[in-house]
Amino acid sequence: MISFALTDEQNQVRDTLTAFAENELAPRARSADQARGAPAELLDTAWSLGFTGLSIPEGCGGGGARRSHLTGALMLEALGYGCAGLAGAALSSMLFVNPLIDLGSEEQKLRYLPAFCGETRCAASLALHEAASGVDLAGMATRAERSGTGWIMTGAKRLVPMGEGANHLLVLARASHAPGLAGIRAFIVGTDAAGVTITPERGTIGLTALGFARVEFAGVRLEGDAVLGGGDGADIRPLLASLRIGGAALATGLARAVTDFAIPYAKQRVAFGEPIARKQSIAFMLADMHIECDAMRWMVWKAAAEADAGRDATRASVLARNYVNRHAFKIADDGLQIFGGHGYIRDLPLEMWLRNMRMLTIHDAIAAA
Amino acid sequence: MVDFSLSDPDRAVLDGVAAEAKAGEKYARHYDDHEEEVLPKSFPEASGFPPIQQRLRGRSGHDTPMLVLQVLMRIEREAHCGVPLRQPPTALGNAALDAAGTAVQKARWGHLMLAMSITEPGAGSDTKAIQTTARLDGDAWVLNGDKIFVTNGVRCDGTIVWATVDKSAGRGGIKSFLVMKGTPGFELVRKERKLGIRASDTAAYAFRDCRVPRDHLIGGDESVPRGEREGSASYKGVLKTFNMTRPFVAAGGIGKALGAFRFARDRLAEAGIVVDVDEGPTCRSAAAQALLDIEADIEAATLTVLRAAWLASQGKPNNLEASVAKAKGGELCRSGPQRAMEALGAMSLSHDYPIEQYLRDGRITDIYEGTGQIQRLVIAREILGYSSEELT
Repeated sequence: MISFALTDEQNQVRDTLTAFAENELAPRARSADQARGAPAELLDTAWSLGFTGLSIPEGCGGGGARRSHLTGALMLEALGYGCAGLAGAALSSMLFVNPLIDLGSEEQKLRYLPAFCGETRCAASLALHEAASGVDLAGMATRAERSGTGWIMTGAKRLVPMGEGANHLLVLARASHAPGLAGIRAFIVGTDAAGVTITPERGTIGLTALGFARVEFAGVRLEGDAVLGGGDGADIRPLLASLRIGGAALATGLARAVTDFAIPYAKQRVAFGEPIARKQSIAFMLADMHIECDAMRWMVWKAAAEADAGRDATRASVLARNYVNRHAFKIADDGLQIFGGHGYIRDLPLEMWLRNMRMLTIHDAIAAA
Repeated sequence: MVDFSLSDPDRAVLDGVAAEAKAGEKYARHYDDHEEEVLPKSFPEASGFPPIQQRLRGRSGHDTPMLVLQVLMRIEREAHCGVPLRQPPTALGNAALDAAGTAVQKARWGHLMLAMSITEPGAGSDTKAIQTTARLDGDAWVLNGDKIFVTNGVRCDGTIVWATVDKSAGRGGIKSFLVMKGTPGFELVRKERKLGIRASDTAAYAFRDCRVPRDHLIGGDESVPRGEREGSASYKGVLKTFNMTRPFVAAGGIGKALGAFRFARDRLAEAGIVVDVDEGPTCRSAAAQALLDIEADIEAATLTVLRAAWLASQGKPNNLEASVAKAKGGELCRSGPQRAMEALGAMSLSHDYPIEQYLRDGRITDIYEGTGQIQRLVIAREILGYSSEELT
């Protein structure tokens, strides 16, 4: 049955996080961008809202709420509206927690998830990208090879969000010769394991609040049950779908922020005797920004609803990601254009939003819905 | 709960609609080539398919709202390059009568097929600029003016005509009138020849001292409101009908893009080009990437249309969303078939295949019932809080 009706809980989550984004994230966006990191006390405050543990099963100490990609997408869009960088930082642990809830074995859930249900913030992340150019996940170079009852991991991951402070990482690596994605698995790796080296990246164009890291694995020994899902490991395609939905949701929130920021400016900025918003070249640009903000949101919702219904969300999430990537960056770009020279100056957030949007529309592992 | 899946009964309804539309494909090229012919009320193949009302009987009240399902039915129908096996008994004028007519008028004329005459040689999107006049003379309105682009204007029983009773009153002076075929002074000037949708007749009318009874004023209100922002009740009533029709028009364009997409996808698959969603973009051919882009565009436009229809089904305002849907459908009717043809290459140009007709038939979507530019005006006014005078 086709319906766009959110549940009461979803409305509540969205309202709470929208307020948090406006009151707590947006005012700190610029300073976090310059500091290249999120303030610890802000992350603690975000943690205290309890959203990371919301859908962790009660048996693991969590809230036991029904796991919903749509709720995750709503949270990310709401926070992304305030600041995509701080949003990603505040919810980075979900990159580890959500795949564990979805794909982890019972033993893995019981072993790792309770740490995310307490009052003390527990940092974790996910490592996907590598140094080679091009987007060919199946061709990744990081390998996990069977060794006795365990695994040995070798390789290097790049641009790992919140990598430096993370206690645990979910690391994608080639685990067998099975063709394409069938040979890729996700591994649970403690950052204190011997052979793991984490160093800060030199810098990124945007989302700098996420403090990206480079993580090297020099023959890291992992236990046999380190593979996500246990046994031979879970198919990672649902994990990839969750990442696509998460990134697209953040980008949608940021795109909406750009649009809402540009509208009052265009009405107030006068050129040739009238507000520029009364000129069709600007008014139509704003109309298109609004149109695509709507369309992007529904694409994200559809992919999330597919996942929530237990269906394979690969296709819907690829379509959503494709669509959002093509439109969200243009919105950030057009938003800057409406402000003209002021958009280029760092007093206003437009240039930062453009840099952040470039990250969101190319980096594939910023958030998990 | 947010959900985009269909129940089995609703899926069956759509499959039935698709099967019927497919049966109409055999006549597509004929009526494309013979534009002068008017389609029969029904084709022999129609007997093989139950009327739609019968298909819809017994749907659960908890299922997808009817308006939303109707949008999907339109998409499914238009995704086939065919002519309707049965001609619908009503036209746009009927929607206007429903929205703005008095109870007596609805009872009297509701069974007729009524076209809508708005556009003039000098007034398209800017409806308040219409020049056709209506003057009260005794117990009759006297109409003078020219109307063009009247959909179903050849086939209809009569038409609702927009005319001004007082040019100085702007849109407040615009009223609509029912004029029956055969009324003296009402002439069917010609049937237009078009790029596409040739099976749908489009007429040009002339009204020369055409007298219609006084009670043929739709809504019956003869007063003329003053003031810049005022519009007469019937003018507003008719514009309101577009909130309902815009998502359906958009659905038509989406359907044409979907048909072109399916055709290109199946042909390219025969050539070994398929979209593998597990592959990264660097592994994909340009043709496969084009297919993926079109599919995403179709999905996005469809969702905006579903959103507008869903809001209406919940009794919520959807003026903004109806324009968003129309803008997306209009964009897609152009980009979808264009890109699908480019991906296919030269043979997509040939009359051997339907894809060039999808482009021609679909193209109207970004024009009629408000061009894409008009939709952007509506959207911009709404998000900026501007009146139609503040943003023109």
